[in-house]
Parts: sequence; structure tokens; C-alpha cells
Amino acid sequence: MLYREALNKALDEMMEKDESVVILGEDVGFYGGNYKVTEGLYAKYGGKRVIDTPIAENSIVGTAIGMAIGGLRPVAEIMTVNFSLLAMDQIVNQLAKIRYMSGGKITLPVVVRMPQGVAKQLAAQHSQSLERIFASVPGLRVFVASDATTAYYGLKFAVSIDDPVIFLEHELLYHEKMEIEEEKNFSPYRARIKKEGDGITIVSYLKMFHDTMKAVPTVEKELGVSCEVIDLCSINPLDVSTIANSVKKTKHLVVVTEEPKTGAYADEIIYRVIEDTFYELDAPPLKICGEDVPTPYNRKLELMSIPTPEKIATEIIKWGKKHGI
Amino acid sequence: MNKSYAEQFYYLMKLGRVFELRAKEEYMKGNIGGFLHLAIGEEAVHVGAVLGFGKGDIFVHYREHVYALARGMEPKNVMAELFGKVTGVSKGKGGSMHLYDPKFNFYGGNAIVGAHLPHAVGTAYARKYLGDTTGVLAAFGDGATNSGNFFEAINLAATWKVPVLFLCENNYYAIGTRIDRASPFTDLYIKAKEYMPVKQVDGMDVFAVFEAVREAKEYIETEGKPYFIEALTYRYEPHSMSDTGDYRSPRELKIAKERDPIEHLKRVGIERGLLTEEYINFVDNKVEQIVEEAVRFALESPEPGEEELYNDVFCEVCTDVIS
Ligand SMILES: Cc1ncc(C[n+]2csc(CCOP(=O)(O)OP(=O)(O)O)c2C)c(N)n1
Ligand SMILES: [Mg+2]
Repeated sequence: MLYREALNKALDEMMEKDESVVILGEDVGFYGGNYKVTEGLYAKYGGKRVIDTPIAENSIVGTAIGMAIGGLRPVAEIMTVNFSLLAMDQIVNQLAKIRYMSGGKITLPVVVRMPQGVAKQLAAQHSQSLERIFASVPGLRVFVASDATTAYYGLKFAVSIDDPVIFLEHELLYHEKMEIEEEKNFSPYRARIKKEGDGITIVSYLKMFHDTMKAVPTVEKELGVSCEVIDLCSINPLDVSTIANSVKKTKHLVVVTEEPKTGAYADEIIYRVIEDTFYELDAPPLKICGEDVPTPYNRKLELMSIPTPEKIATEIIKWGKKHGI
Repeated sequence: MNKSYAEQFYYLMKLGRVFELRAKEEYMKGNIGGFLHLAIGEEAVHVGAVLGFGKGDIFVHYREHVYALARGMEPKNVMAELFGKVTGVSKGKGGSMHLYDPKFNFYGGNAIVGAHLPHAVGTAYARKYLGDTTGVLAAFGDGATNSGNFFEAINLAATWKVPVLFLCENNYYAIGTRIDRASPFTDLYIKAKEYMPVKQVDGMDVFAVFEAVREAKEYIETEGKPYFIEALTYRYEPHSMSDTGDYRSPRELKIAKERDPIEHLKRVGIERGLLTEEYINFVDNKVEQIVEEAVRFALESPEPGEEELYNDVFCEVCTDVIS
């Protein structure tokens, strides 16, 4: 199965189960979605439930809010996270705040799904990671799906809860082959320990999780320690205790995210974990992020602007040697 | 219509076509990456608009190679940009969707649908403020007319009374969504007609586009107000190289191609004595050479150096603050 098919299966099952679930977005219906996530759903559920919208991101989220007020459970697709910037009023001023401002009287079960990240040479306006922005807005849940399992269970969970969820996918994962692993009591609020180890805790999500896993064998060989790799399914709320418990064991923390380094969400992760583990750390935490530049089109420069498996390995090894690992 | 215009139309439309067909090949070979949006089939709109408009600033969406070439940007520097080379018009940092060159009053290449429309209005305001009454051209697709940016921009242009020509290329599709699935009416000039004069033209006829744009340009500059043109056209290729285009029937495509703008120009041009077979043959050979040379130039050009990663983020480097 492909990552995108896991998302499709989640949507299909939720629509099958609950008639109030509807999908809206650009090209989601007749065309089947720009990344084919909604493929087949238009044929199965019709245009009343899989709604093609004009290019009008602010109104996609705005009407989704209205639909939720009117009793539906909309799942809005923004073609890529870059275009969510045109919907920021509806996301930040409206979606995130209406429940609170109404004293809890209005709930907005809206999911806004979108892919983010640097794909391949799509240039600056199409190659961004914006999780730090969403995560910093009180009133939004922010989920991230690194693989088919979290895509499937995470999206179903997002659709089932009554809070607004920003659901982030990664452009380069859609066509990756992976399987859904059976999970009995999945909750995105729990981070997943995807590989156990006792020397270094590495936290990441989305594509960087996969790049981290690729870097780990080299790191372990060079430094002679084992790495514990933690994959996040939610970044707000953040499962601090799973990470902190791991760090108490390993004494070392590395966080890898794709976004530009200044103000990266990695900062928040590191701070929240340090609060709990400061005296147990054997080295200052290492943050591996993208560069502070708009993403360049040229492939060589593009690769310089983001972490890659090779860079992740090199940076961890350099840091490890410096701090006596 | 004089002969030299017809010859320029033919030269630029053919150059655009051959350039883009070659870009497609180079994309398949892996020499060009990212999104590549081809305007094959739409050349009459792009060339007719640039020549009809003449002097003035141009803002376009991401389907802009032919606009850039018609504006006079060097094919080799445009091709090099597609190849991501440092000799490209944007030093290889922007790619196909982001061709910029102020020397040619050319301001993109914008990859956010509708985002450049307020830019055009603002630039027209600034030019007027500085005592320059030259008009500004903003070209965009049918899909963009559904965006908030579009409605805000036409309202502003009409309220501020600035000389912007809004040129809508109606090719009936926004990626895989046909216009009637996203708009209550398919004649898009209706959206602007309460704000400014509007006109619908056959976008497969370069003479018609040229005349309409020329008249509109004269209007916006003498009246100091905006104008809206809808050009009916068709893109032969899928939305971009990563689209299959299977939402359009082969029949629909065939009918569109029967009205090919280059074939139309050839026929009418010869009929009216504006073009000759010799000239056509001459251009056909010439553009092949130019494009071949552009590809060679792009291939042989160096990639941007590593120092380019942080160059151009800001004008100034705050060395005293940043170590
Ligand atoms: C704000 C925004 N939303 C969505 C997209 C994705 N997108 C790119 S092109 C496009 C279709 C635009 O169609 P149209 O305006 O008709 O121009 P055409 O491609 O036909 O020339 C869409 C939806 C985008 N680039 N920007
Ligand atoms: Mg279109």
C-alpha cells in the first residue's frame, strides 16, 4: 500500500461510518486530488460529500467552519501547506478561537489536511514546512503523519474528535510503499518509540523521521552507541514524557526537523524536554534543521538547505565526538 | 496590420513553441526539475499580449516562458534558469515558475495563484505616483478569477484609478477542474464588467489578441483606469509535467488543436500577404538553431556555487550582529 492510500482508507471509512463527514478542497472530487488522496471517493459518495472548490483557500477553511457550525464534520484539503497562508485568517482568527470566545458553546470539528515540506525543485513558494506556525496557535491540534500507520489511525482520530485539527502530511511520502501496522489503542498524543537504544535519543517526524532512520546505522557504527528513535504523531500537544523518559536513559537528545532553523519547532521540543531532564543531560541537545533561506530551485542548493540522511549522520557524529560519546 | 508585426508574431510564437517542446524533452531527460507548466497552444495570447502591450511592466503566473521570450529575454538565459544554472535569469534559484528581470520590466513568474494581481495594481500606483503613466499588464488564468486576490485587485484598480490591464487566459481548466465546476458562469469577463471596460477575444487568433490589447493599452494610459480582457484559449499539454491530463477527452483536445494558433497565423498571414513561405521556412530553421544553442548553453553553464545558498536573502549582511 502507499502512504496516500492509507489516508484514503481512513477518509473512506470515516465517510462510510458517518454521513456528516464531508470533504472539500481544490481538485479533490472529479480529479481525485492533486496527490490522489481522495481518489475514488467522489465516485463513491458523490459531489455533495466530496466537494470541488474554486481556488479560494480562505473560503475553503471559512466554509468548513460554517459547515461545522451547521452540523457537519468537514475535512478540508489545502492542496499544499504553502496555500494555507492564504487561509490564515480563517485558521488563526476563526478556527482556533471560536470555541474559546463562545465560552465553549460552539465546537468546530474541522480537519485541515495538507502536505508540507521540500519535495524536489519546486522552488521557494512551494517548498515550506510551517508546523511551527500552527503549533504556536492556541486552539489548534497539530498532528503529523510519518507513515501509513499514523496516517491511517491519525487521520481517523482527527476526524473523530470535536476539536480543530491541522493534519500535516509530507509531499514526498505520498508515493512511498508502506503497510498499516495494526494498532489496538492508537492515540496520536503518544509519541512512538520506533527503535530502542540507550545512547542517544533522536526525535523527529514526517520525512525527517525516515531520514533519521537512514542515518542511524552510520551514527551507531561511528560512535559505538545505540540510538533510540522517537517519531511524533502530534506536535501540539507534545508528548514530553515519552521523550523525557528516553532522555533520562540515554542522557543525550537530538531533534531533527526540516523547517528553517530560526524559531523551528525543534526549539520547543528541546526546551520542553530540558525542563524535565536538565540535570541528567551529558551534553547540550543537538538541533538539526533546515537553513534560514527560502528554498532554492537548483537541486544542489536545495539539498544544502535541508537535512539529509548524510548530513544528519555527520552532524550527530561531530556533536557526539565533541561531547565524548 | 503591417508586415513586420506578422513576422514578429510568427517568429516569437514559433520560438515559444519550439522552446517549450524542447523544455519538455529536457525535463524527461532529467535536465529540468520541479514543476514545468507549458503554454503550448496558448502562444497567440502570450505573444499577442506582449507585443500589443509594448512598453510597461508585466506580471504573469507560472506559465510564463513564452511571455518572457516575447518580452525579449534571451532564450539561453531562460533555458538556463529551467536547468537551475547560475546563468539563468534568476541565477538558478527560481526555476521555471520564477523568471524575473527588471531590465525587461518582467516581474515573474508567480507560483501562488492570484498573488501577483495586487502587485500589478501597486506597481501601477507607484508608477503614477512617480509621474509615469505607462500601464501595467497582469496576466492570469481562469482559475485565478475565483480567488480573493482577483476580486480585491479589480476593486482596488478601479477605485484607485490605476492603469492595469487584467488579461485573463481562459483555457477552461484550473488543473483538473473545469471552469463550470468552480464558477457560476463561464464567460469570465462578467466578473469584471461593473468595475471596468471588458472584452472577450479569440485567444487562438494572434491578430485579435494583439488588437484588443493594443486598444486596451491605449485606453488605460489615456484614461488612467483599468481594463479587462478575457482571451479564450487552450493548453494542449497537461497542467504541468506531473499531471496526466486525463480529465479531458481526446476529442476535446483534437478540436482545440484544429484551431492551432500558429497554423492559423500562417494561413491568414499568407492569405493577407503578410507572411511568405520563405520567411516561414527561415524562421523554422532559425528557432531550431536558437533553441539548440540555448540548450547547449544551459548544459554547459555552471551550477550556482555553494555561497549562493545564503546570497540574495537580504541586500545587507549584518556582519556585526551575525557571526
Ligand atoms: C493560492 C494557490 N492555490 C492553489 C495553487 C495550486 N495550483 C497551481 S496552478 C492551479 C490552477 C490554476 O489554474 P488557472 O488560474 O486557470 O491557470 P492555468 O494553470 O490554467 O494557466 C492551482 C490550483 C496555487 N499555486 N496557489
Ligand atoms: Mg486555466
